[in-house]
Amino acid sequence: MTMAIVEVKGLRKSYGGRAVVDGVDFTVEEGEIFGILGPNGAGKTTAVECVEGLRVPDAGTIRVAGLDPVRQRRELTRILGVQLQESELQAKLTVSEALELYRTFYPEPADWRPIAERLGLDTMLDRPFGKLSGGWKQRLFIALALVGRPRIVVFDELTTALDPRARRDTWKLIEGVRDSGVTILLVTHFMEEAEHLCDRVAVIDRGKLVALDSPAGLVSRSDSPTTISFRPSRPLPDAELDALPGAVSVNRQGSRLVINGTDDTVNAVITMLARNGVTAAELRVVDATLDDAFLGLTAREAEASAGRAVTAESADADAVRGGH
Amino acid sequence: MPVFTPASGAVLKTETRLFTREPGTLFWVLVFPPLLLIAFGLIPGYREPDAALGGLRAIDVYVPSTVMVALITASLQAMPAALTGYRERGILRRMRTTPARPADLLVAQMVLHLAAALLAALLVLVLGNLVYDVALPQNWLAYAVTLALAAVASLAMGAVITSVARTAKAATAIGMSVFFPAMFAAGIYVPVQVLPETLRQIVELTPFGATAQALSQAATGSWPAWDHLAALGLWGVVLMATAARWFRWE
Repeated sequence: MTMAIVEVKGLRKSYGGRAVVDGVDFTVEEGEIFGILGPNGAGKTTAVECVEGLRVPDAGTIRVAGLDPVRQRRELTRILGVQLQESELQAKLTVSEALELYRTFYPEPADWRPIAERLGLDTMLDRPFGKLSGGWKQRLFIALALVGRPRIVVFDELTTALDPRARRDTWKLIEGVRDSGVTILLVTHFMEEAEHLCDRVAVIDRGKLVALDSPAGLVSRSDSPTTISFRPSRPLPDAELDALPGAVSVNRQGSRLVINGTDDTVNAVITMLARNGVTAAELRVVDATLDDAFLGLTAREAEASAGRAVTAESADADAVRGGH
Repeated sequence: MPVFTPASGAVLKTETRLFTREPGTLFWVLVFPPLLLIAFGLIPGYREPDAALGGLRAIDVYVPSTVMVALITASLQAMPAALTGYRERGILRRMRTTPARPADLLVAQMVLHLAAALLAALLVLVLGNLVYDVALPQNWLAYAVTLALAAVASLAMGAVITSVARTAKAATAIGMSVFFPAMFAAGIYVPVQVLPETLRQIVELTPFGATAQALSQAATGSWPAWDHLAALGLWGVVLMATAARWFRWE
Protein backbone atom coordinates (compact mmCIF):
# COMPACT_ATOMS: atom_id res chain seq x y z
CA MET A 1 0.00 0.00 0.00
CA THR A 2 1.55 3.25 -1.09
CA MET A 3 0.64 6.70 0.15
CA ALA A 4 0.53 9.95 -1.75
CA ILE A 5 3.08 12.31 -0.24
CA VAL A 6 2.70 15.12 -2.77
CA GLU A 7 -0.76 16.00 -4.08
CA VAL A 8 -1.28 18.65 -6.71
CA LYS A 9 -4.80 19.44 -7.89
CA GLY A 10 -5.87 21.96 -10.50
CA LEU A 11 -2.66 23.99 -10.18
CA ARG A 12 -2.71 27.26 -12.12
CA LYS A 13 -0.20 30.07 -12.26
CA SER A 14 -0.14 32.98 -14.71
CA TYR A 15 2.40 35.69 -15.34
CA GLY A 16 1.29 38.82 -17.16
CA GLY A 17 -1.95 37.18 -18.28
CA ARG A 18 -0.17 34.13 -19.73
CA ALA A 19 -0.97 30.82 -18.06
CA VAL A 20 2.41 29.21 -17.35
CA VAL A 21 0.85 26.32 -15.45
CA ASP A 22 -2.68 25.66 -16.64
CA GLY A 23 -4.57 23.15 -14.53
CA VAL A 24 -2.03 20.48 -13.62
CA ASP A 25 -2.89 17.47 -11.42
CA PHE A 26 -0.54 14.76 -10.17
CA THR A 27 0.27 12.83 -7.05
CA VAL A 28 3.64 11.50 -6.00
CA GLU A 29 3.71 8.27 -3.99
CA GLU A 30 5.94 7.99 -0.98
CA GLY A 31 9.31 6.48 -1.86
CA GLU A 32 9.15 6.87 -5.63
CA ILE A 33 11.23 8.89 -8.03
CA PHE A 34 8.72 11.01 -9.88
CA GLY A 35 9.86 12.83 -12.98
CA ILE A 36 8.46 16.01 -14.49
CA LEU A 37 9.43 16.13 -18.11
CA GLY A 38 8.76 18.79 -20.69
CA PRO A 39 10.33 21.14 -23.21
CA ASN A 40 11.90 24.43 -22.08
CA GLY A 41 9.29 26.89 -20.91
CA ALA A 42 6.66 24.19 -20.38
CA GLY A 43 6.03 25.34 -16.80
CA LYS A 44 7.92 22.56 -14.98
CA THR A 45 9.97 24.84 -12.75
CA THR A 46 6.99 27.06 -11.94
CA ALA A 47 5.00 23.98 -10.94
CA VAL A 48 7.66 22.62 -8.58
CA GLU A 49 8.35 26.06 -7.14
CA CYS A 50 4.68 26.13 -6.13
CA VAL A 51 5.26 22.75 -4.45
CA GLU A 52 8.30 24.22 -2.64
CA GLY A 53 6.25 27.20 -1.43
CA LEU A 54 8.44 29.70 -3.29
CA ARG A 55 5.54 30.74 -5.52
CA VAL A 56 1.91 31.23 -4.59
CA PRO A 57 -0.48 29.45 -7.00
CA ASP A 58 -3.34 31.41 -8.58
CA ALA A 59 -5.62 28.41 -8.17
CA GLY A 60 -5.55 24.77 -7.10
CA THR A 61 -4.49 22.94 -3.99
CA ILE A 62 -1.11 21.48 -3.09
CA ARG A 63 -0.34 19.25 -0.13
CA VAL A 64 3.13 18.02 0.68
CA ALA A 65 3.09 15.45 3.48
CA GLY A 66 -0.23 17.03 4.44
CA LEU A 67 1.23 20.55 4.59
CA ASP A 68 0.11 23.59 2.64
CA PRO A 69 3.33 24.94 1.08
CA VAL A 70 2.17 28.56 1.36
CA ARG A 71 0.57 28.66 4.80
CA GLN A 72 2.86 26.07 6.40
CA ARG A 73 6.05 26.89 4.56
CA ARG A 74 8.21 26.83 7.68
CA GLU A 75 7.10 23.29 8.64
CA LEU A 76 7.54 22.25 5.02
CA THR A 77 11.14 23.47 4.84
CA ARG A 78 12.09 21.02 7.60
CA ILE A 79 11.13 17.96 5.56
CA LEU A 80 11.76 19.20 2.03
CA GLY A 81 15.20 19.35 0.42
CA VAL A 82 15.53 21.60 -2.61
CA GLN A 83 17.98 22.04 -5.43
CA LEU A 84 16.93 25.13 -7.36
CA GLN A 85 17.51 25.44 -11.08
CA GLU A 86 19.36 28.70 -10.52
CA SER A 87 20.85 29.97 -7.31
CA GLU A 88 24.20 30.80 -5.80
CA LEU A 89 25.96 31.00 -2.49
CA GLN A 90 28.22 33.67 -1.02
CA ALA A 91 31.27 33.80 -3.30
CA LYS A 92 33.81 33.46 -0.49
CA LEU A 93 31.98 30.73 1.41
CA THR A 94 33.90 27.46 1.16
CA VAL A 95 32.30 24.11 0.42
CA SER A 96 32.71 22.81 3.96
CA GLU A 97 31.48 26.06 5.49
CA ALA A 98 28.38 25.94 3.31
CA LEU A 99 27.64 22.34 4.28
CA GLU A 100 28.22 23.10 7.95
CA LEU A 101 26.03 26.23 7.81
CA TYR A 102 23.12 24.52 6.09
CA ARG A 103 23.39 21.62 8.52
CA THR A 104 22.63 23.96 11.42
CA PHE A 105 19.36 25.02 9.77
CA TYR A 106 17.72 21.63 10.26
CA PRO A 107 16.37 19.92 13.40
CA GLU A 108 17.91 16.49 12.65
CA PRO A 109 20.62 16.99 10.06
CA ALA A 110 22.73 14.33 8.41
CA ASP A 111 26.49 14.10 8.72
CA TRP A 112 27.54 15.93 5.57
CA ARG A 113 30.89 14.17 5.16
CA PRO A 114 29.62 10.90 3.64
CA ILE A 115 27.34 12.88 1.31
CA ALA A 116 30.25 15.08 0.22
CA GLU A 117 32.37 11.97 -0.31
CA ARG A 118 29.75 10.29 -2.48
CA LEU A 119 29.67 13.39 -4.67
CA GLY A 120 33.44 13.70 -4.78
CA LEU A 121 33.21 17.02 -2.96
CA ASP A 122 35.68 15.89 -0.30
CA THR A 123 38.51 17.09 -2.55
CA MET A 124 36.95 20.56 -2.77
CA LEU A 125 36.11 21.30 0.86
CA ASP A 126 38.33 24.39 1.18
CA ARG A 127 37.44 25.83 -2.21
CA PRO A 128 35.30 29.01 -2.09
CA PHE A 129 31.97 28.78 -3.90
CA GLY A 130 32.93 31.54 -6.33
CA LYS A 131 35.90 29.50 -7.55
CA LEU A 132 33.94 26.31 -8.24
CA SER A 133 33.09 25.26 -11.80
CA GLY A 134 29.45 24.71 -12.77
CA GLY A 135 29.62 20.98 -12.16
CA TRP A 136 31.05 21.36 -8.66
CA LYS A 137 28.50 24.03 -7.77
CA GLN A 138 25.79 21.66 -8.86
CA ARG A 139 27.21 18.85 -6.73
CA LEU A 140 27.35 21.17 -3.74
CA PHE A 141 23.69 22.09 -4.23
CA ILE A 142 22.78 18.40 -4.42
CA ALA A 143 24.61 17.86 -1.13
CA LEU A 144 22.87 20.89 0.45
CA ALA A 145 19.49 19.50 -0.62
CA LEU A 146 20.26 16.28 1.27
CA VAL A 147 22.00 17.62 4.38
CA GLY A 148 18.75 18.26 6.29
CA ARG A 149 17.75 14.56 6.06
CA PRO A 150 14.61 15.45 4.09
CA ARG A 151 11.60 13.17 3.49
CA ILE A 152 11.14 14.64 0.03
CA VAL A 153 13.73 16.18 -2.29
CA VAL A 154 13.05 18.31 -5.35
CA PHE A 155 15.82 18.40 -7.92
CA ASP A 156 15.37 20.93 -10.70
CA GLU A 157 17.71 19.94 -13.56
CA LEU A 158 19.74 17.56 -11.46
CA THR A 159 22.63 16.81 -13.78
CA THR A 160 22.59 19.62 -16.34
CA ALA A 161 26.12 20.90 -15.69
CA LEU A 162 27.64 17.48 -15.08
CA ASP A 163 29.86 15.43 -17.38
CA PRO A 164 28.64 11.92 -18.30
CA ARG A 165 30.66 10.21 -15.59
CA ALA A 166 29.57 12.57 -12.80
CA ARG A 167 26.03 12.19 -14.11
CA ARG A 168 26.18 8.38 -13.70
CA ASP A 169 27.63 8.78 -10.19
CA THR A 170 24.88 11.22 -9.28
CA TRP A 171 22.22 8.85 -10.55
CA LYS A 172 23.66 6.14 -8.31
CA LEU A 173 23.61 8.52 -5.37
CA ILE A 174 19.98 9.45 -6.07
CA GLU A 175 18.99 5.78 -6.27
CA GLY A 176 20.71 5.25 -2.93
CA VAL A 177 18.77 8.18 -1.46
CA ARG A 178 15.51 6.71 -2.76
CA ASP A 179 16.40 3.32 -1.31
CA SER A 180 16.69 4.95 2.10
CA GLY A 181 12.98 5.84 1.81
CA VAL A 182 13.20 9.40 0.52
CA THR A 183 10.72 10.54 -2.13
CA ILE A 184 12.23 12.36 -5.08
CA LEU A 185 10.66 14.83 -7.44
CA LEU A 186 12.88 15.30 -10.45
CA VAL A 187 12.46 18.05 -13.03
CA THR A 188 14.33 17.28 -16.20
CA HIS A 189 14.33 17.69 -19.93
CA PHE A 190 16.91 14.97 -20.25
CA MET A 191 15.18 11.80 -21.46
CA GLU A 192 17.89 9.34 -20.56
CA GLU A 193 17.80 10.57 -16.99
CA ALA A 194 14.03 10.17 -16.72
CA GLU A 195 14.22 6.72 -18.32
CA HIS A 196 17.02 5.63 -16.01
CA LEU A 197 15.75 7.02 -12.70
CA CYS A 198 12.03 7.65 -12.68
CA ASP A 199 9.34 5.26 -11.56
CA ARG A 200 6.73 7.49 -13.13
CA VAL A 201 6.90 10.53 -15.35
CA ALA A 202 4.52 13.43 -15.83
CA VAL A 203 4.94 15.05 -19.23
CA ILE A 204 4.07 18.74 -19.15
CA ASP A 205 3.77 20.84 -22.28
CA ARG A 206 2.63 24.45 -22.43
CA GLY A 207 1.45 24.34 -18.84
CA LYS A 208 -0.70 21.25 -19.27
CA LEU A 209 -0.20 17.65 -18.25
CA VAL A 210 -0.15 15.62 -21.48
CA ALA A 211 0.76 12.21 -20.07
CA LEU A 212 1.52 10.45 -16.79
CA ASP A 213 2.93 6.95 -16.86
CA SER A 214 6.03 4.86 -16.22
CA PRO A 215 8.82 5.52 -18.75
CA ALA A 216 8.16 2.09 -20.31
CA GLY A 217 4.44 2.85 -20.41
CA LEU A 218 5.08 6.12 -22.21
CA VAL A 219 7.30 4.42 -24.76
CA SER A 220 4.72 1.70 -25.46
CA ARG A 221 2.09 4.37 -26.10
CA SER A 222 4.11 5.53 -29.04
CA ASP A 223 2.46 4.82 -32.43
CA SER A 224 5.50 2.94 -33.61
CA PRO A 225 7.42 1.52 -30.68
CA THR A 226 9.84 -0.38 -32.96
CA THR A 227 11.96 0.54 -35.98
CA ILE A 228 13.17 -2.21 -38.37
CA SER A 229 15.78 -1.35 -40.94
CA PHE A 230 17.82 -3.45 -43.38
CA ARG A 231 19.26 -3.64 -46.89
CA PRO A 232 17.25 -6.26 -48.87
CA SER A 233 19.25 -8.45 -51.31
CA ARG A 234 16.64 -7.61 -53.96
CA PRO A 235 13.58 -5.34 -53.98
CA LEU A 236 10.49 -6.51 -52.08
CA PRO A 237 7.01 -6.25 -53.63
CA ASP A 238 5.32 -2.91 -52.70
CA ALA A 239 1.96 -4.58 -52.19
CA GLU A 240 3.41 -6.84 -49.47
CA LEU A 241 5.19 -3.92 -47.78
CA ASP A 242 1.98 -1.87 -47.73
CA ALA A 243 0.09 -4.77 -46.19
CA LEU A 244 2.48 -5.24 -43.22
CA PRO A 245 0.45 -5.44 -39.99
CA GLY A 246 1.02 -2.57 -37.53
CA ALA A 247 3.36 -0.70 -39.84
CA VAL A 248 3.06 3.06 -39.50
CA SER A 249 5.48 4.01 -42.22
CA VAL A 250 7.75 2.39 -44.79
CA ASN A 251 10.58 4.50 -46.17
CA ARG A 252 13.48 3.90 -48.52
CA GLN A 253 16.73 5.58 -47.58
CA GLY A 254 18.93 4.74 -50.56
CA SER A 255 19.19 0.98 -50.66
CA ARG A 256 17.96 0.75 -47.05
CA LEU A 257 14.40 0.04 -46.05
CA VAL A 258 13.17 1.64 -42.81
CA ILE A 259 9.90 0.36 -41.36
CA ASN A 260 8.27 1.85 -38.26
CA GLY A 261 5.82 -0.45 -36.55
CA THR A 262 5.12 -2.82 -33.71
CA ASP A 263 6.30 -6.27 -32.62
CA ASP A 264 3.72 -7.72 -35.04
CA THR A 265 5.43 -5.85 -37.85
CA VAL A 266 8.78 -7.41 -36.93
CA ASN A 267 7.35 -10.93 -37.20
CA ALA A 268 5.62 -10.14 -40.47
CA VAL A 269 8.81 -8.70 -41.97
CA ILE A 270 10.77 -11.85 -41.11
CA THR A 271 8.05 -14.07 -42.61
CA MET A 272 7.94 -11.89 -45.71
CA LEU A 273 11.72 -12.10 -46.18
CA ALA A 274 11.62 -15.91 -45.89
CA ARG A 275 8.67 -16.23 -48.24
CA ASN A 276 10.39 -14.14 -50.90
CA GLY A 277 13.79 -15.74 -50.35
CA VAL A 278 15.31 -12.32 -49.69
CA THR A 279 18.18 -11.86 -47.27
CA ALA A 280 18.41 -8.77 -45.06
CA ALA A 281 21.86 -7.22 -44.72
CA GLU A 282 22.66 -4.98 -41.72
CA LEU A 283 19.35 -5.79 -40.06
CA ARG A 284 18.61 -3.57 -37.06
CA VAL A 285 15.55 -3.76 -34.82
CA VAL A 286 15.47 -0.81 -32.44
CA ASP A 287 12.93 0.03 -29.73
CA ALA A 288 11.59 3.53 -29.63
CA THR A 289 13.02 5.55 -26.76
CA LEU A 290 11.40 7.94 -24.34
CA ASP A 291 12.76 10.60 -26.65
CA ASP A 292 10.50 9.42 -29.46
CA ALA A 293 7.54 9.04 -27.12
CA PHE A 294 8.16 12.52 -25.73
CA LEU A 295 8.39 14.11 -29.15
CA GLY A 296 5.20 12.32 -30.19
CA LEU A 297 3.35 13.45 -27.08
CA THR A 298 4.43 17.07 -27.14
CA ALA A 299 3.93 17.39 -30.89
CA ARG A 300 0.41 15.93 -30.66
CA GLU A 301 -0.47 18.31 -27.88
CA ALA A 302 0.90 21.21 -29.89
CA GLU A 303 -1.12 20.16 -32.91
CA ALA A 304 -4.30 19.83 -30.90
CA SER A 305 -3.95 23.14 -29.11
CA ALA A 306 -2.56 25.33 -31.84
CA GLY A 307 -4.04 23.58 -34.86
CA ARG A 308 -0.81 24.10 -36.76
CA ALA A 309 0.70 21.68 -39.23
CA VAL A 310 2.31 18.63 -37.66
CA THR A 311 5.47 19.07 -39.68
CA ALA A 312 6.11 22.53 -38.32
CA GLU A 313 5.56 21.29 -34.78
CA SER A 314 7.91 18.36 -35.28
CA ALA A 315 10.54 20.85 -36.29
CA ASP A 316 9.93 22.65 -32.99
CA ALA A 317 10.16 19.41 -31.10
CA ASP A 318 13.43 18.62 -32.84
CA ALA A 319 14.74 21.96 -31.71
CA VAL A 320 13.87 20.91 -28.17
CA ARG A 321 15.71 17.65 -28.63
CA GLY A 322 18.68 19.52 -30.04
CA GLY A 323 18.80 21.56 -26.87
CA HIS A 324 19.62 18.62 -24.61
CA MET B 1 8.93 31.80 16.77
CA PRO B 2 11.95 32.95 18.77
CA VAL B 3 13.72 36.05 17.54
CA PHE B 4 17.13 34.48 17.84
CA THR B 5 17.52 30.84 16.83
CA PRO B 6 20.60 28.60 16.58
CA ALA B 7 20.40 29.20 12.84
CA SER B 8 20.58 32.99 13.42
CA GLY B 9 23.75 32.43 15.41
CA ALA B 10 25.27 30.21 12.73
CA VAL B 11 24.40 32.73 10.03
CA LEU B 12 25.96 35.57 12.04
CA LYS B 13 29.10 33.52 12.64
CA THR B 14 29.43 32.63 8.95
CA GLU B 15 28.73 36.19 7.78
CA THR B 16 31.34 37.50 10.23
CA ARG B 17 33.89 35.14 8.75
CA LEU B 18 32.93 36.23 5.24
CA PHE B 19 33.10 39.90 6.28
CA THR B 20 36.75 39.46 7.27
CA ARG B 21 37.40 38.13 3.73
CA GLU B 22 36.32 41.43 2.13
CA PRO B 23 39.49 43.55 2.18
CA GLY B 24 37.74 46.35 0.22
CA THR B 25 34.98 46.82 2.77
CA LEU B 26 37.39 46.47 5.68
CA PHE B 27 39.67 49.15 4.22
CA TRP B 28 36.99 51.72 3.39
CA VAL B 29 35.05 51.27 6.64
CA LEU B 30 37.80 50.56 9.16
CA VAL B 31 41.08 51.96 7.83
CA PHE B 32 40.12 54.85 5.58
CA PRO B 33 38.36 57.08 8.19
CA PRO B 34 41.35 57.06 10.62
CA LEU B 35 43.71 57.73 7.69
CA LEU B 36 41.51 60.63 6.62
CA LEU B 37 41.70 62.14 10.10
CA ILE B 38 45.48 61.78 10.12
CA ALA B 39 45.62 63.51 6.72
CA PHE B 40 43.43 66.39 7.90
CA GLY B 41 45.73 66.91 10.87
CA LEU B 42 48.77 67.18 8.58
CA ILE B 43 47.35 70.46 7.24
CA PRO B 44 49.06 73.01 9.56
CA GLY B 45 46.17 75.51 9.62
CA TYR B 46 43.80 72.77 10.85
CA ARG B 47 45.71 72.56 14.10
CA GLU B 48 45.31 76.28 14.93
CA PRO B 49 42.32 77.66 16.88
CA ASP B 50 39.83 79.26 14.50
CA ALA B 51 37.57 82.13 15.52
CA ALA B 52 34.94 81.06 12.95
CA LEU B 53 34.66 77.74 14.81
CA GLY B 54 34.26 79.43 18.20
CA GLY B 55 37.90 78.98 19.08
CA LEU B 56 37.99 75.27 18.19
CA ARG B 57 40.58 73.90 15.81
CA ALA B 58 39.41 72.47 12.49
CA ILE B 59 40.78 69.08 13.50
CA ASP B 60 38.47 69.11 16.56
CA VAL B 61 35.48 69.59 14.29
CA TYR B 62 36.66 66.98 11.82
CA VAL B 63 36.65 64.18 14.41
CA PRO B 64 32.84 63.81 14.48
CA SER B 65 32.76 64.25 10.68
CA THR B 66 35.29 61.47 10.23
CA VAL B 67 33.32 59.24 12.60
CA MET B 68 30.40 59.76 10.23
CA VAL B 69 32.49 58.87 7.18
CA ALA B 70 32.77 55.36 8.59
CA LEU B 71 29.03 55.21 9.17
CA ILE B 72 28.18 56.58 5.72
CA THR B 73 30.59 54.25 3.90
CA ALA B 74 29.37 51.20 5.79
CA SER B 75 25.65 51.84 5.47
CA LEU B 76 25.28 53.57 2.10
CA GLN B 77 27.95 51.80 0.09
CA ALA B 78 29.12 48.52 1.55
CA MET B 79 25.87 47.16 2.97
CA PRO B 80 23.50 47.82 0.03
CA ALA B 81 26.02 46.34 -2.41
CA ALA B 82 26.37 43.21 -0.28
CA LEU B 83 22.64 42.72 0.24
CA THR B 84 21.49 43.42 -3.31
CA GLY B 85 24.20 40.98 -4.42
CA TYR B 86 22.75 38.33 -2.11
CA ARG B 87 19.30 38.92 -3.57
CA GLU B 88 20.42 39.16 -7.18
CA ARG B 89 22.41 35.94 -7.05
CA GLY B 90 19.58 33.94 -5.48
CA ILE B 91 21.34 33.48 -2.13
CA LEU B 92 18.30 34.76 -0.23
CA ARG B 93 16.06 32.58 -2.39
CA ARG B 94 18.08 29.45 -1.69
CA MET B 95 17.86 30.25 1.99
CA ARG B 96 14.09 30.67 1.81
CA THR B 97 13.81 26.96 1.01
CA THR B 98 15.40 26.07 4.38
CA PRO B 99 14.03 26.44 7.92
CA ALA B 100 16.45 29.36 8.41
CA ARG B 101 15.05 32.81 7.85
CA PRO B 102 16.65 34.91 5.15
CA ALA B 103 15.92 37.80 7.52
CA ASP B 104 18.74 36.38 9.66
CA LEU B 105 21.09 37.15 6.78
CA LEU B 106 19.86 40.76 6.58
CA VAL B 107 20.19 41.23 10.33
CA ALA B 108 23.70 39.70 10.34
CA GLN B 109 24.80 42.06 7.56
CA MET B 110 23.39 45.10 9.39
CA VAL B 111 25.01 44.07 12.67
CA LEU B 112 28.39 43.57 11.00
CA HIS B 113 28.38 46.85 9.10
CA LEU B 114 27.24 48.64 12.25
CA ALA B 115 29.95 46.98 14.35
CA ALA B 116 32.62 47.87 11.80
CA ALA B 117 31.45 51.50 11.68
CA LEU B 118 31.41 51.78 15.48
CA LEU B 119 34.87 50.23 15.71
CA ALA B 120 36.09 52.78 13.18
CA ALA B 121 34.45 55.55 15.23
CA LEU B 122 36.33 54.38 18.30
CA LEU B 123 39.59 54.27 16.33
CA VAL B 124 39.02 57.83 15.10
CA LEU B 125 38.27 59.13 18.60
CA VAL B 126 41.30 57.44 20.15
CA LEU B 127 43.64 58.36 17.32
CA GLY B 128 42.44 61.98 17.34
CA ASN B 129 43.13 62.14 21.03
CA LEU B 130 46.55 60.48 20.91
CA VAL B 131 47.92 62.11 17.75
CA TYR B 132 46.29 65.55 17.66
CA ASP B 133 45.24 65.95 21.27
CA VAL B 134 41.55 66.24 20.38
CA ALA B 135 39.55 66.06 23.60
CA LEU B 136 37.58 62.82 24.03
CA PRO B 137 33.80 63.34 24.15
CA GLN B 138 32.96 65.10 27.41
CA ASN B 139 29.52 63.51 27.54
CA TRP B 140 29.99 59.85 26.61
CA LEU B 141 26.34 58.97 27.13
CA ALA B 142 25.10 61.80 24.90
CA TYR B 143 27.73 60.84 22.32
CA ALA B 144 26.68 57.17 22.40
CA VAL B 145 22.96 57.96 22.18
CA THR B 146 23.55 60.28 19.23
CA LEU B 147 25.73 57.72 17.50
CA ALA B 148 23.12 54.99 18.06
CA LEU B 149 20.33 57.15 16.58
CA ALA B 150 22.60 58.11 13.70
CA ALA B 151 23.47 54.47 13.07
CA VAL B 152 19.79 53.47 12.92
CA ALA B 153 18.95 56.28 10.48
CA SER B 154 22.02 55.56 8.39
CA LEU B 155 21.51 51.78 8.17
CA ALA B 156 17.83 52.38 7.42
CA MET B 157 18.88 54.63 4.54
CA GLY B 158 21.11 51.81 3.29
CA ALA B 159 18.16 49.44 3.62
CA VAL B 160 16.04 51.79 1.49
CA ILE B 161 18.74 51.71 -1.20
CA THR B 162 18.72 47.90 -0.97
CA SER B 163 14.94 47.90 -1.40
CA VAL B 164 14.71 50.16 -4.42
CA ALA B 165 17.79 48.92 -6.29
CA ARG B 166 17.09 45.90 -8.49
CA THR B 167 20.73 44.98 -8.99
CA ALA B 168 24.00 45.33 -7.11
CA LYS B 169 25.16 47.72 -9.85
CA ALA B 170 22.14 49.95 -9.30
CA ALA B 171 22.73 49.84 -5.54
CA THR B 172 26.31 51.03 -6.04
CA ALA B 173 25.13 53.83 -8.35
CA ILE B 174 22.41 55.02 -5.95
CA GLY B 175 24.84 54.67 -3.05
CA MET B 176 27.36 56.88 -4.82
CA SER B 177 24.79 59.56 -5.62
CA VAL B 178 23.71 59.70 -1.98
CA PHE B 179 27.28 59.40 -0.73
CA PHE B 180 28.53 62.86 -1.73
CA PRO B 181 25.56 64.85 -0.38
CA ALA B 182 25.84 62.77 2.81
CA MET B 183 29.55 63.58 3.12
CA PHE B 184 28.72 67.26 2.59
CA ALA B 185 26.04 67.16 5.27
CA ALA B 186 28.49 65.45 7.61
CA GLY B 187 30.78 68.46 7.21
CA ILE B 188 33.65 66.72 5.47
CA TYR B 189 34.07 69.45 2.83
CA VAL B 190 33.14 72.43 4.99
CA PRO B 191 32.32 72.21 8.70
CA VAL B 192 28.55 72.52 9.18
CA GLN B 193 29.15 75.28 11.76
CA VAL B 194 30.59 77.70 9.19
CA LEU B 195 27.90 77.21 6.52
CA PRO B 196 25.69 80.24 5.69
CA GLU B 197 22.71 80.40 8.06
CA THR B 198 19.97 79.18 5.67
CA LEU B 199 22.04 76.36 4.20
CA ARG B 200 23.08 75.27 7.68
CA GLN B 201 19.46 75.09 8.81
CA ILE B 202 18.61 72.92 5.81
CA VAL B 203 21.61 70.65 6.33
CA GLU B 204 20.69 70.24 10.00
CA LEU B 205 17.39 68.71 8.94
CA THR B 206 19.15 65.90 7.04
CA PRO B 207 20.20 62.79 8.98
CA PHE B 208 23.91 63.41 8.66
CA GLY B 209 23.71 67.18 9.19
CA ALA B 210 21.75 66.59 12.38
CA THR B 211 24.30 63.96 13.44
CA ALA B 212 27.23 66.30 12.80
CA GLN B 213 25.74 68.99 15.01
CA ALA B 214 24.60 66.60 17.72
CA LEU B 215 27.98 64.86 17.90
CA SER B 216 29.85 68.17 18.08
CA GLN B 217 27.61 69.29 20.93
CA ALA B 218 28.00 65.99 22.79
CA ALA B 219 31.77 66.21 22.33
CA THR B 220 31.85 69.48 24.26
CA GLY B 221 29.96 67.98 27.17
CA SER B 222 26.42 69.21 26.73
CA TRP B 223 23.41 67.18 25.60
CA PRO B 224 22.67 67.87 21.92
CA ALA B 225 19.79 70.20 21.09
CA TRP B 226 16.59 68.13 21.16
CA ASP B 227 15.62 69.08 17.60
CA HIS B 228 18.74 67.36 16.22
CA LEU B 229 17.94 64.16 18.08
CA ALA B 230 14.27 64.39 17.10
CA ALA B 231 15.20 64.87 13.45
CA LEU B 232 17.44 61.81 13.63
CA GLY B 233 14.80 59.67 15.31
CA LEU B 234 12.16 60.70 12.79
CA TRP B 235 14.48 59.91 9.87
CA GLY B 236 15.17 56.50 11.38
CA VAL B 237 11.48 55.63 11.68
CA VAL B 238 10.50 56.93 8.24
CA LEU B 239 13.43 55.24 6.47
CA MET B 240 12.90 51.93 8.24
CA ALA B 241 9.21 51.95 7.34
CA THR B 242 10.07 52.77 3.72
CA ALA B 243 12.63 49.96 3.54
CA ALA B 244 10.22 47.45 5.07
CA ARG B 245 7.46 48.51 2.68
CA TRP B 246 9.52 48.16 -0.50
CA PHE B 247 11.88 45.31 0.31
CA ARG B 248 11.74 42.27 -2.00
CA TRP B 249 13.28 38.90 -1.30
CA GLU B 250 13.68 38.11 -5.02
